[in-house]
Amino acid sequence: MEYLVQQVINGVTLGSVYALIAIGYTMVYGIIGMINFAHGEVYMIGAFTSLIGIIVMGLLGVTWVPLALFMVLLASMAITALYGWSVERVAYRPLRGSFRLAPLISAIGVSIFLQNYVQISQGARPKPIPPVIRGGFELMTSSSGFTVTLSYLQLFIIVLTIVLMVGFTYLITQTSLGRAQRACEQDRTMASLIGIDVDRTISMTFVMGAALAAVAGMMVTLYYGVIDFYIGFLAGIKAFTAAVLGGIGSLPGAVLGGLLIGLIEALWSAYFSVEYKDVAAFTILVLVLLFRPSGLLGRPEIEKV
Amino acid sequence: MAVANSVVAPAAPLPPVLAALKDAVLVALVAMALTGPIVGLQTVDAGGRLTVDMRFTEVALGIVIVFFGRFGLALGERGLALPAYGVGALLMVAGFLLPWPAELLKVLAVAAGIALVVRGIAGQLKERRTQAVLRAPDEEDAKAERLRRLVTRGLGFAMLAAAVLLPMMPFANSYIMDTAIRVMTYMMLAWGLNIVVGLAGLLDLGYVAFYAVGAYTYSILSKDFGFGFWGALPIAGALAASFGILLGFPVLRLRGDYLAIVTLGFGEIIRIVLLNWTSFSGGPNGIGSIPRLTFFGYPFARRAPEGEVTFHQLFGLDFSPLHRAVFFFYLILVLALVVNFFTIRIRRLPVGRAWEALREDEIACRALGINPTNTKLTAFAIGAMFAGFAGSFFATTQSFVSPESFTFLESAMILAIVVLGGMGSQLGVALAAILIIGLTEAFRGLAEYRMLVFGLGMVMIMVWRPRGLLAHRDPTVLLHGRKSVLKKGAAA
Repeated sequence: MEYLVQQVINGVTLGSVYALIAIGYTMVYGIIGMINFAHGEVYMIGAFTSLIGIIVMGLLGVTWVPLALFMVLLASMAITALYGWSVERVAYRPLRGSFRLAPLISAIGVSIFLQNYVQISQGARPKPIPPVIRGGFELMTSSSGFTVTLSYLQLFIIVLTIVLMVGFTYLITQTSLGRAQRACEQDRTMASLIGIDVDRTISMTFVMGAALAAVAGMMVTLYYGVIDFYIGFLAGIKAFTAAVLGGIGSLPGAVLGGLLIGLIEALWSAYFSVEYKDVAAFTILVLVLLFRPSGLLGRPEIEKV
Repeated sequence: MAVANSVVAPAAPLPPVLAALKDAVLVALVAMALTGPIVGLQTVDAGGRLTVDMRFTEVALGIVIVFFGRFGLALGERGLALPAYGVGALLMVAGFLLPWPAELLKVLAVAAGIALVVRGIAGQLKERRTQAVLRAPDEEDAKAERLRRLVTRGLGFAMLAAAVLLPMMPFANSYIMDTAIRVMTYMMLAWGLNIVVGLAGLLDLGYVAFYAVGAYTYSILSKDFGFGFWGALPIAGALAASFGILLGFPVLRLRGDYLAIVTLGFGEIIRIVLLNWTSFSGGPNGIGSIPRLTFFGYPFARRAPEGEVTFHQLFGLDFSPLHRAVFFFYLILVLALVVNFFTIRIRRLPVGRAWEALREDEIACRALGINPTNTKLTAFAIGAMFAGFAGSFFATTQSFVSPESFTFLESAMILAIVVLGGMGSQLGVALAAILIIGLTEAFRGLAEYRMLVFGLGMVMIMVWRPRGLLAHRDPTVLLHGRKSVLKKGAAA
């Protein structure tokens, strides 16, 4: 029982990370109907900028952890968002109206490029950092002596995710940018006719997705304490699975899917096998596509001519 | 040009040079923000702790190159061709003459200069061609079209002749033969993938998984069950095709994009399974000492095993390790040509036409009564089968297989060949295979930058020449023949 509770806590933490990445996939899909393969790599860039930021903070002598983390978070979000913007500008925007496979191939190119760019400039070895936030609450102890802990870091990750979700929901539902995005999602031509700058709205979508991915990257850097240039690949596939599971194009769906994937992965590695934990997410993806292609919260897709 | 100018510069139109300057400054600033933290601050291991090394000089120089590159490009876009050439020449000269702190910067400067000049020339040619196209197509165009087809066909036969003659050339040493075998293997894989991507328009990112299925099938069949190459080949192909059907069935009913990510995941899963299922695949150590292919029962060896005759004894030649390489080369040549011939023929059959039609418009196909799922599934399975064949061949030439050989980068390389060659063009794919494998061999010293250039190359081809080196997306079969279509255009 206690073991299960611990796994659920771990799973929700992991799920928060996937949910943040999944939002980037689902938003871009919603607005331009394309799977942004490079999104996993953007998240990896976010992880690296946070890692560098944390080290730089250490060198600069900023020792008060909340301030240091806040500054790293802001810097990492800004730089990663700029990466997201540039990727859209260079690799996707010129291809609007090109044949169907063109943006997908271009996205794969970006993905390969970013991976190797980081590998060359930062080295291929895994990068470890010492834990920044230590300690935690001991929630309960079983008779056999197994203690369930919720570490401060896990709490931080879960709370930060909730805060971001609230802010994000506000942004989408209440601001003019959010209205423009929803309008572009429904009909891009019509949106442009009523004076919405479609190109700018799409750019902002990439920027927002990348900023959220940067937060996920920082969380992973803190949580696992080690990252390498290859982490974007699997995280990207899992977050995409989360987006499909929740119903691609649906924002609450992405969060729900992320949490479910995180839970399934944690429970799978706890009770079945650690080696095949990456296979779990993929199996789910194929099962969802087989039995419920529109996902849990998604609407069935109607293809227009 | 005046019209284009007013589009580029809003509100108060700046003079073109100033506008270009502004553009270049903005791009340089973005480049600075992008590369500053990731390239400028390198995390290094200092006695168990990470610290950062600063490389701001290199980054600053890189940004200067970016600034001038963008400046030249912006000048060219605003119709100032001559100054653009000037900037390009300046970059090239600076690249060669200045003492750069890193080799990469030098390459970057020279490449930027060359790109500017090439782009300038390409832009002018394009303008001339646009003017040429503006007049109605006539007999001359039909003639040019016929000539183009003739040249294409001639080039194809010339390449085939060169391939057949290659092993007989005096310079054909074992290095050349090994490289040629590599080129042909990739050519065969790319032709196989071309059926899936180029003809049916399905993006398969885990093609190498089927290659792995073929390689491991042959290895296990020949080592543990005593199968020969020719006996194992059909089984390997069939098994790879069934994997293709198994994977394709749930996914091909859906939008094309899902296929891309599922195949990407599948490629990785196959690798993870091969790495972890040690009793079956030997795990990370792979499978070694796989029986090598013999010449119809006569082994290629210096000394024959008990009671057997070797290849060189059979023909009364002196022993040479080249014999085996030459035989392998001809074998892969034949296998690849089978794929090529198969593709050329099947394009004209109803199923091949259905593939091309599906690629262009799925909804129209459904309206015409084509079953999209089954049609796509045949393309996917046939592509997988050819990868299985190539995998068997790979296993028998290397006599060793391990998960190392089947990473995503291999899939990406094969896809890059197809994309560069022009999706659907057999000759283009062949040229691209020679170009890409040749270039990777030539730049072995810069191997770590190889994938970087690949990624960048895929984006640039999509942006500038989405149809590849040799564009070929015309339907293979037309209702009234090719010429009459041109005539119709002239009448309109």
